[in-house]
Amino acid sequence: MEWEVVIGLETHTQLKTKSKIFSGSSIAFGAEPNTQANAVDIALPGVLPVLNKEAVKCAIKFGFAVNAEIAPRSVFNRKNYFYPDLPKGYQISQFELPVVGKGSLTIQVGDNEKTIRITRAHLEEDAGKSLHGDFEGMTGIDLNRAGTPLLEIVTEPDMRSAAEAVAYAKKLHELVQWIDICDGNMQEGSFRCDVNVSVRKKGSDKLGTRREIKNLNSFKFMQQAIEYETRWQIETLEDGGTIQQATVLFNPDTGETRSMRSKEEANDYRYFPDPDLLPLDISEADKEAAKVEMPELPEAMKSRFESQYSLTAYDATALTSSFSLASYFETTVSSIGGEAKLAANWVMGSIAAKLNEQDKAISDSPISSFALAGLIKRIADNTLSNKMAKEVFDAMWAGEGDVDAIIEQRGLKQVTDTGAIEAIIDEVLAANTAMVEEFKAGKEKAFNALVGQAMKASKGKANPAQVNEVLKKKLTS
Amino acid sequence: MINKSLKQLSTMLAEKQVSSVELTQAFLTRIDQHNSSINAYISLDHDKTLAQAKLADTMLASNTASALTGIPIAQKDIFVAKGWKTTCGSKMLENFIGPYDAGVIERFDAVGAVNLGKTNMDEFAMGSSNETSYFGKVQNPWDRLRVPGGSSGGSAAAVAARLCVAATGTDTGGSIRQPASLCGLSGLKPTYGLVSRYGMIAFASSLDQAGPMAKSCEDMALMMNVMTGFDARDSTSLNREKEDYTLEIGKLDKLGADKPLAGLRVGLPKEYFTEGLGPDVAKVIEAAIAEYRKLGAEIVDVSLPNTMLSIPVYYVLAPAEASSNLSRFDGVRYGHRAAEYTDLMDMYCKSRAQGFGAEVKRRILIGTYVLSAGYFDAYYLKAQKIRRLIAQDFAEAFKKCDIILGPTAPSTAFKAGEKADDPVAMYLQDIYTIAVNLAGLPGMSIPAGFVEQDGKSLPVGLQIIGNYFDEARMLQAGHAYQQSTDWHTRAPEGIL
Repeated sequence: MEWEVVIGLETHTQLKTKSKIFSGSSIAFGAEPNTQANAVDIALPGVLPVLNKEAVKCAIKFGFAVNAEIAPRSVFNRKNYFYPDLPKGYQISQFELPVVGKGSLTIQVGDNEKTIRITRAHLEEDAGKSLHGDFEGMTGIDLNRAGTPLLEIVTEPDMRSAAEAVAYAKKLHELVQWIDICDGNMQEGSFRCDVNVSVRKKGSDKLGTRREIKNLNSFKFMQQAIEYETRWQIETLEDGGTIQQATVLFNPDTGETRSMRSKEEANDYRYFPDPDLLPLDISEADKEAAKVEMPELPEAMKSRFESQYSLTAYDATALTSSFSLASYFETTVSSIGGEAKLAANWVMGSIAAKLNEQDKAISDSPISSFALAGLIKRIADNTLSNKMAKEVFDAMWAGEGDVDAIIEQRGLKQVTDTGAIEAIIDEVLAANTAMVEEFKAGKEKAFNALVGQAMKASKGKANPAQVNEVLKKKLTS
Repeated sequence: MINKSLKQLSTMLAEKQVSSVELTQAFLTRIDQHNSSINAYISLDHDKTLAQAKLADTMLASNTASALTGIPIAQKDIFVAKGWKTTCGSKMLENFIGPYDAGVIERFDAVGAVNLGKTNMDEFAMGSSNETSYFGKVQNPWDRLRVPGGSSGGSAAAVAARLCVAATGTDTGGSIRQPASLCGLSGLKPTYGLVSRYGMIAFASSLDQAGPMAKSCEDMALMMNVMTGFDARDSTSLNREKEDYTLEIGKLDKLGADKPLAGLRVGLPKEYFTEGLGPDVAKVIEAAIAEYRKLGAEIVDVSLPNTMLSIPVYYVLAPAEASSNLSRFDGVRYGHRAAEYTDLMDMYCKSRAQGFGAEVKRRILIGTYVLSAGYFDAYYLKAQKIRRLIAQDFAEAFKKCDIILGPTAPSTAFKAGEKADDPVAMYLQDIYTIAVNLAGLPGMSIPAGFVEQDGKSLPVGLQIIGNYFDEARMLQAGHAYQQSTDWHTRAPEGIL
């Protein structure tokens, strides 16, 4: 029997605001416990929430980025439950009327494009953290994270494989960084995914019972967790069992998912509109203010790269895989004043290879876009051969200085002076009369041998194209 | 001196006939004498109070004073005040010291008013008799066997017994107006959003509003000038130009002394004058209406057809909000935590079971129930719809009149213990006041006469309801009445 997996994602993205969503506390990561929790965050008696407008702007920007409806009026609700790291005893979230409505995101899986429908995205506050194990027989509570602004992005159950789910998550991860609303740091929890997985017989249009895998903070774990969960559900059903709706956790050590709580144990959250906050009204002016902060989106930039720089679709896609990579490429090109194809080759070739090898991001590249532009200029003006350029690139990567300094130091300047090249070739011809005879007798190979001798005599510095040209002229004259 | 109005004392302070320290000391002496029986105050701190009085005297000496500088005020114990024990009438917060100042406290501090202490109240403002306070019941100064009303019962008793010049109260369903009525003083619940709720411990956020309790409308106008104003820390605070609430009262002196209220249309809602209203109270209210006619007001009949629904609607919405607002009292970060518990759930259960009293628990249970999956639509959503109808009733009525007059409470002060075991009878105390909160309108109660019972004079309050932001006009209408009557100047026997 053929099975089909059905997957939907809920992603919590931590918004890149300066302060919390309902208080003035900083949201910087890694501070001493409870040093970034003010009266509002620890929910002292009498305190009240005040909405951070920057968080709203982030939500509007996301709405634009996924071509979604932005609600002119949305409502904050209280989600009531007791937990020690939830200071008010309720989380302020959005329920029936979210700020961002239906939208979509197109992903690439192999050679296929697929559009994933986004159901909604809503603003909410994060909870604090419980620190187990730091205190003997007790649990510590750190409320620094309490009140951190989150945008929860929910999809329709549109994905049909772990690969599609991961492709969506990666694309979303890149997008929220692209529009600068999230730092994307998965280790610090700035981007966390809950994955709803169910299986059904292929061809069925009824959804199976889903289990929700909570808090996946790496794409690798997501892939593993979905694959395990899918296998487990299929095996359970094939063995005659049934799936109970549940929340599960993925254990990276065992590679297994394990049930955390069943539906029966689920809380009744008693959602109701928060009477401390007015409905969130978003005006056209608010939208305009967000719009001016919107960068060119990846799809638009990709098309522009193809037409403006005459790049292939493949190159344009690769270069627009992240905003920082794309802007690195563009500043390189504008600094050179052209040579887009050459720049693209270097960015996707040597730079990408080194970054990959050293597990670095483009922002950490020791060669700035301006420095790379300097190198490419020296290739374009024939100062450097490709081979020399590789050597100079390595030296630049190692921090030996800028391109001209390295050329100077290493005496790498390519010989392009026609007179000098003629002199070298004259010497080579005089010393290799036998080869000259062979060439004249029709042996084409002898020509290559003579080029080799000329390059050797110039210690590799002669411009190979010029050597070819001059040699041909001399031998045929 | 202690029987003088805020306005008179303000003049005396300005003219250096008395210092704030002298005035404050006089009240502290009275508090030391009478509070052990009346129990109007939960927390007193003479050192802090006198330090404020000294500071006020330097302000008075340096011409930086305003009307309330140096005036001793009592603060309802629902306002968080830095360094002051802030209990909200609950065991849950028995030992909670305020770490910051509420917006209202800041405003009084800024003008140099003196905080005499924190007044007793029904636990978390839930009650109409002050009997739900963890810190014991409060005596009504007019008859010590009777309740002062609630939830601002401590503030009401303090003003009535001349244990302060004026006091703050909060009103979610009548908690300023009903005790003002039962204790013979003037109390005003402003339009929702006029006074900051920041630092005022929340009962039902969409209904709670702080206001003044004083001996006259003139005094309340001076209090309003301090208490109102935009506060960015409260998202429901209204950002509008600050008003001078004494202006309309001032104009009154220039109007014709004969018919000062000529042109004022006074509406009488027929639903307020039915069998639910005690006949003795009705008589007093009718006399007050006659007085208004004498003052030149035109009396018109209006209807508020959904009045009877206001109690059931309120007892769905207020507990719903309260059940969530009170979730923060979990024993984790502050407040009462059970001494012994086996695990987290046990800690929650025991701490809350021990920390909250019966009425608070009852409302948390009701609120949790009406918000539960499967009941939300039938209760909460339906109640919200009716709430809009109730507001609509008032909008219709105000097409025909400028202010509405009626009783504040259906009866005079009842005996302690009389209704304590009958929550529904207790809830009916607020039948005339609750709709005003549901609509977000301003409402006030002023003394209108007395009913003799058991050889005691028990005060009756007249309620004045106005349209949104019409407080100045309401105070003017109240002041005109207080110029031609003297009910508001009477003090309980044996208290002076």
